Amino acid sequence: MSSPAPAASGQASADAAAIAAEHAAQRAARWDDACLAAALFAVDPVGVGGISVRALPGPVRDIWLELLRDLLPPEEPFRRVPLHIADGRLLGGLDLAATLHAGRPVAERGLLAEADGGVLLLAMAERVARNTAAHLSAALDTGEVLVERDGITARTPTRFGVIALDEGANDEEQVPDTLKDRFAVLLDLNDLPYQAALPGDQDPAGIRAARARLPQVEVPEDMLQAICGTALALGVDSLRTSLFAQRIARAAAALAGREAVAMDDVSAAARLVLAPRATRIPMPEPDDAPSPEEPPPPEENQDDNPDNQSPEQDIDKPLEDVVLEAAQAAIPDNLLALLKMGAMRSRSRSHGKSGASQNGSLRGRPAGTRRGEPGAGARLAVIDTLRAAAPWQRLRRAEREQRSQAGTGGTAVLVEVRQDDFRVTRYKQRSETTTIFVVDASGSAALHRLAEAKGAVELLLADCYVRRDRVALIAFRGPGAELLLPPTRSLVRAKRSLAGLPGGGGTPLACGIDASVELADGVRRRGGTPVVVVLTDGRANVTRDGIGGRARATEDALASARAFRTAELKALVVDMSPRPRPDAEQLAREMGAVYLPLPHADARALSGAVQAVS
Amino acid sequence: MPAAFPFSAIVAQDEMKLAILIAATDQSIGGVLVFGDRGTGKSTAIRALAALLPPMRVVENCAYNCDPEASEGTLCVSCRETKARGGHFKVRKAAVPVVDLPLGATEDRVIGALDLESALTRGEKRFEPGLLARAHRGFLYIDEANLLEDHLVDALLDVAASGENVVEREGLSVRHPARFVLVGSGNPEEGELRPQLLDRFGLSVEVTTPQDLKTRMQVVRLRDEFERDPAAFIEKHKRKDGKIRKQIEHAKEKLPDIEVPDATLEHASQLCMKLGTDGLRGELTLIRAARAYAALEGDMVVEDKHLMRVAPPALRHRLRRNVLDDAGSTTRVNRAVQELFGA
Repeated sequence: MSSPAPAASGQASADAAAIAAEHAAQRAARWDDACLAAALFAVDPVGVGGISVRALPGPVRDIWLELLRDLLPPEEPFRRVPLHIADGRLLGGLDLAATLHAGRPVAERGLLAEADGGVLLLAMAERVARNTAAHLSAALDTGEVLVERDGITARTPTRFGVIALDEGANDEEQVPDTLKDRFAVLLDLNDLPYQAALPGDQDPAGIRAARARLPQVEVPEDMLQAICGTALALGVDSLRTSLFAQRIARAAAALAGREAVAMDDVSAAARLVLAPRATRIPMPEPDDAPSPEEPPPPEENQDDNPDNQSPEQDIDKPLEDVVLEAAQAAIPDNLLALLKMGAMRSRSRSHGKSGASQNGSLRGRPAGTRRGEPGAGARLAVIDTLRAAAPWQRLRRAEREQRSQAGTGGTAVLVEVRQDDFRVTRYKQRSETTTIFVVDASGSAALHRLAEAKGAVELLLADCYVRRDRVALIAFRGPGAELLLPPTRSLVRAKRSLAGLPGGGGTPLACGIDASVELADGVRRRGGTPVVVVLTDGRANVTRDGIGGRARATEDALASARAFRTAELKALVVDMSPRPRPDAEQLAREMGAVYLPLPHADARALSGAVQAVS
Repeated sequence: MPAAFPFSAIVAQDEMKLAILIAATDQSIGGVLVFGDRGTGKSTAIRALAALLPPMRVVENCAYNCDPEASEGTLCVSCRETKARGGHFKVRKAAVPVVDLPLGATEDRVIGALDLESALTRGEKRFEPGLLARAHRGFLYIDEANLLEDHLVDALLDVAASGENVVEREGLSVRHPARFVLVGSGNPEEGELRPQLLDRFGLSVEVTTPQDLKTRMQVVRLRDEFERDPAAFIEKHKRKDGKIRKQIEHAKEKLPDIEVPDATLEHASQLCMKLGTDGLRGELTLIRAARAYAALEGDMVVEDKHLMRVAPPALRHRLRRNVLDDAGSTTRVNRAVQELFGA
């Protein structure tokens, strides 16, 4: 009687051990890949474009970075780009001191130009300003920096690779897609334990040899086909990615000492470049499925192979299928698990916008000047500075002559500008409004309400995107609230996110209000003005903890409403029930919001009401 | 400057290439907007344009590249004075400018400003022409047009509409001709374009990533070949690029002689009415684009087939936005074309 129990527990512990071993093996594989990525980057920084390293700051990331630095030749520049770098410093511009000294504009090289032939390290890449991202992308694309500012026109060739440190903690914080698209490798070092981070097995000598070998490495036709086919099968649309995969494969071949890309190199490329971007899993074939169909394809493949050596030849359908299968076979086994993760991630991926509008007073329309020192983002208004200095010239010249007679004067300058004269440009930027719709998606009226809210979102975006406003949408139903549309300005994106809205279930009103406060707070912290529009009948029946019960739920909702009020947000409660009852009105009162009964409201009426409030 | 990828080596994206050729043939069409996914060769195609354009005749020593044959209204001040004195222009050949407007450009560099050097060294008040002056008679390319700062957009719109840049700042009062073709590109997921700016573009193209393996392999192969040895690659495609240049030249010559029959005009109007486009700009662009397309094809009469080919790029961005209709504007244009021509 007593024997089965210990056996079962023994079994369980054995399973646990097996699982733990598997995890350890996976982690080791991930770390190996990370090391490989560092080595490949060191082989061809420009070709690889960049690596985005998603990890919180910590020893694992430090070890990886150190490993990379050791592989890179020490004589090549390795520059760090701080998060809030001014455009002038990044691109280059007017060197103020030299300009004043020389009496003619003197250009200063920016970080992008200084990094030529080396590496730029972009810290906190998930919060990088949109301008910075755009400049980086342009420089990566064209291989040069084009400066048109402060009266200076310059073109400086520069080729570099980027290491972007992505410290995003959640899905909403991402490196901007424009940048990611220009990086070959997306690494994720999160939850890799310190113990897994072993020293890599590459050395600088190997890198040097690989660099020398790189230009000769050939990519055979079938390998290229495997790369492109895999990209297609994984739903990786951007052609840049395919190009990067091919370059990674080539670098891998060079590192391994091969003259031509082999299957190993292609699978490394698939792991490092394609897998993290996969948007679909190619035909969910279980492990045993391929065996019955396996024999015929290779023959067909061989038959058709001579044909696709010549690019003009048409690749007809069956062959394409064969290639696809071959490409899938090329995916290593552990990729499937990775793929599942990748696919999950891409579905909920938001288009990293955090930090888009942080640099408030440094952009926008110039609105006069004020006295102050340039630097720290403030831009010198040269003309106004000179104007301020002009009236004093005679005096200062006389003063200088006196001093030079006394033997303490400086060299003669054409215009003597002193610190007091410095004027910097002020900028005015309209604070943008973000309208947050909080929609009650519960019960029978859900479909109607959601449809109208969706219509109102699209109308608002269509009508007032001249004003550069943003719209967000939160829906609450069942156990909690969900952010369906993060603040966006893009109608295209809104349409995509709102395509299939779920409805039905209980009414967790408290959760909905809490979520709106959280989002509105975020908007405000980035310098925007949030306006919250709640669409509900005010009858809560799910508590904050997701438990049913009307009385508790109402209490929770009113508590949330009072918290909302202390946040001092501009708000509108729209009651869309056919027969308005006092619940919603009371809610609005507690929230400090405008109450608007709109039975049978449609999208147009709704967007009109919102525009009237905001 | 790093060498640009040759135009003739760009795989697929036929509509985009056609739109660019049409704009190069008839500059009065008013620019091309290329919107689409990342990594589809938008910027590559536009940067390749510079190498394709046949050189133009300009007045020697003119800061604005004035056209020696231009009427007085479109000359700059100094050229106008020369002409008034009855002087003759010295003429030289120059490449058509394709000017990049970088995203971080400051307003003074775009519209022009006080020449700092002469202000500082000689105490002279001189105007230093900006990017708009440099783009005169050529192309002004805005990458990520949807991310351009608003005050720059305003300045651009004003100049694009009037063909003249008026500078009133820093004690300067200058006006000079600035007629250019706006070429913009961007990704709609990062924000939409203001409708006023949208309307300025004659043609708009939507690009998507090719989804068939053969095309994709071809793209990767060619791009790789280019990057490994740009000079040899350009040399290899020189003949094909030359052919396209000839095609543009011929089309430009023939353009004034191409006939637009009444029936075609009527069809164009019917198409625009059916789609409910605002204003007459749509019809005008449609006809002009069809004429340029016919010229490129070597036809002397504009027919329905030309209209049908250019209708989507000429009209898709002019449809009144119907937010509750999920069908894309391309589909709507194609539907209307099909109903009208029964194709």
